[in-house]
Amino acid sequence: MTATSKATRDQAHARVFDLDAMSLRELNQALHGLAPGSNETAWEVLNPKGNHSVAVGVDQPVSIDVRGSVGYYCGGMNSGGTITVHGSAGPGVGENMMSGSITVKGDASQYAGATGKGGLLVIEGNASSRCGISMKGIDIVVHGNIGHMSAFMAQSGNLVVLGDAGDALGDSIYEARLFVRGKVDSLGADCIAKEMRPEHLELLQGLLDRAGVTGVKPSEFKRYGSARTLYNFNIDNADAY
Amino acid sequence: MCGIVGLFLKDKSLEPKLGAMLSEMLVSLSDRGPDSAGIAIYGAPSGNEAKITIQSAKPDRDFRDLDTQLAKALGVPVSIAVKSTHAVVRTRPDKIDEAREAIQALRPDIRIMGAGDVVEIYKEVGLPEAVVDRFDVRKMTGTHGIGHTRMATESAVTTMGAHPFSTGADQCLVHNGSLSNHNNVRRELIREGMSFETENDTEVAAAYLSSQMAHGKNLGEALEGTLSDLDGFFTFVVGTKNGFGVVRDPIACKPAVMAETDQYVAFGSEYRALTKLPGIDNARVWEPEPATVYFWEH
Repeated sequence: MTATSKATRDQAHARVFDLDAMSLRELNQALHGLAPGSNETAWEVLNPKGNHSVAVGVDQPVSIDVRGSVGYYCGGMNSGGTITVHGSAGPGVGENMMSGSITVKGDASQYAGATGKGGLLVIEGNASSRCGISMKGIDIVVHGNIGHMSAFMAQSGNLVVLGDAGDALGDSIYEARLFVRGKVDSLGADCIAKEMRPEHLELLQGLLDRAGVTGVKPSEFKRYGSARTLYNFNIDNADAY
Repeated sequence: MCGIVGLFLKDKSLEPKLGAMLSEMLVSLSDRGPDSAGIAIYGAPSGNEAKITIQSAKPDRDFRDLDTQLAKALGVPVSIAVKSTHAVVRTRPDKIDEAREAIQALRPDIRIMGAGDVVEIYKEVGLPEAVVDRFDVRKMTGTHGIGHTRMATESAVTTMGAHPFSTGADQCLVHNGSLSNHNNVRRELIREGMSFETENDTEVAAAYLSSQMAHGKNLGEALEGTLSDLDGFFTFVVGTKNGFGVVRDPIACKPAVMAETDQYVAFGSEYRALTKLPGIDNARVWEPEPATVYFWEH
C-alpha cells in the first residue's frame, strides 16, 4: 500500500470534531481517553477559530489535522502526536513538547516551542518573538523569519531558520544549536557565530529533510551557539548586575 | 491579561454594524478580564453638535432636568439621551468647555467619560456582555471604535478605573499591560496643567498622548513618543476623531494581532476576537512588530 492511499484511508476514517458543535473539553478528553494501540489514529478538528489549548496533552501516536487558526498553546506537551495546523497558531504552540511533531502551515505567534524537550516543530510561515525560548531538546524549523529574543536561554536542541532572525538571538544561551540562513539583527549575550563543521552540515540536512524543506542547502546557513562565558559567575562582571 | 479590540472601518456600508461587530469582538475576549469593560464609538459627525458622555451612580437623580438646567446656564439648546448609568449631552461645539463646567457645577457627582464632536464612551464594572447589553452598544453605528475588558492590576476596580480613558476631545485609549513610570509622567503632566481622575497608569498614557498632540504632533508622532517616554509593558490602541493607532512596547510580551481587508482594519488581543469579521479568511493577518507605530486616518 502506498503512503497516499494510507493517508486517504485514514482521512476517510478520521474522527471529526467540529468545535462549532462540540466543546474543546470534549475534544481534549477524547484524545486523552485514547488507549495505547487504539485504531483511532486519524483526527480532524474543524472550526478552531482561535480557541486555546486545542489538542494539548496528546500522548498517543495519532495524527490530528486542525482546519483553521488556533489560539494559545496548541499541541502543548505533545507526546507522540502528529499535529498539523492548517492555519496560524497563537502564542505558545507546542510549548513543552516531548515528542512527535507539530506543523503550522501559517504563522506562529510568540514563544513557539518554548521549553520543548523533544519532537519536531515546523512553522511554514513566520514565527514571532521568543521562538524556542528555553528550548530543552526540541527541534524547531521555521521556513520564514523569527522575532526578537528567540532561543533565549536555550539549553538543548536545534533551531533552524530559513529566513531572518530579530534582535538578541540566543541571549544567555546555554547549549542548543541555532542555524540561520538569512540575516540576524543582533546576537544576545554570550551567543556567537560558530564554525559549520561536517557533522553540523549533516545534522542540518537531516533536520531540513524531516521538515520537508527542499531546494535549500545546509551550506547556506550560519551556525550560532553559546560562547559559554556565562557558565560561571565572574566577579569582574559584578557591576553589570 | 486584559483584552483589547479595535475596529476602523474603510467601507461605509459596514458603519451601521460597527457597534454589533465591536461588541462581538469584545465579548469573545471576556475571559481576559472580568473586572470591567468599556467601549468608545466614533459616530458620524452631525455637523453642528458636539457631545459629552457623562456617568452617574445615581442616574435618576442626576440626569433629571439636567437638559433644561444646562440649556438655561449655557443659553443654547441642549439635549440629553440617557442610557442606564450614562448619558450623552449634545450641544453647540463652541459651548463644550462651558457645558463641562456647568455639568460639574450643577451635578458634582457626575463623572465626565469623554467629550468631542463624535465620540461616545460607555464603561462600567462587569463583564463585556453585561456592559454592551446595558448600553445597547450592538445597535450603535459609527466609523471606528475601541473596546477593553479589564483585569485590574494597577488600580481599583471602579467605573473610573475602566478603560477607555479619554483625556482630550475625541481622543481615547485602551491599554493592555502596566506602566512603571506612570507616577513620574503624571507629575510632569500635572506641571503642564493636566488633571487626573484616577491613580490609573493608563490614564497617564492617555494624557501623555493628549499632551503630545496638544503640542502639535499627529497621532503617529505622539505614539512614537510613548516608546521613549513611557516605561513598562504596553499594547496601546487609540482612537482620535478620524484616526486609529496601535503601538506595542519594545519587549512586546502583551499579545496583539491585526487584520486588514478593503473593508476594515481590526485589532484584537487574540485572533479569536477577529474570527467573526466579514472576509477574515482572506484578510491580511499579522502580529504587529514591537516598537512600531501603526496608524490609519480617514
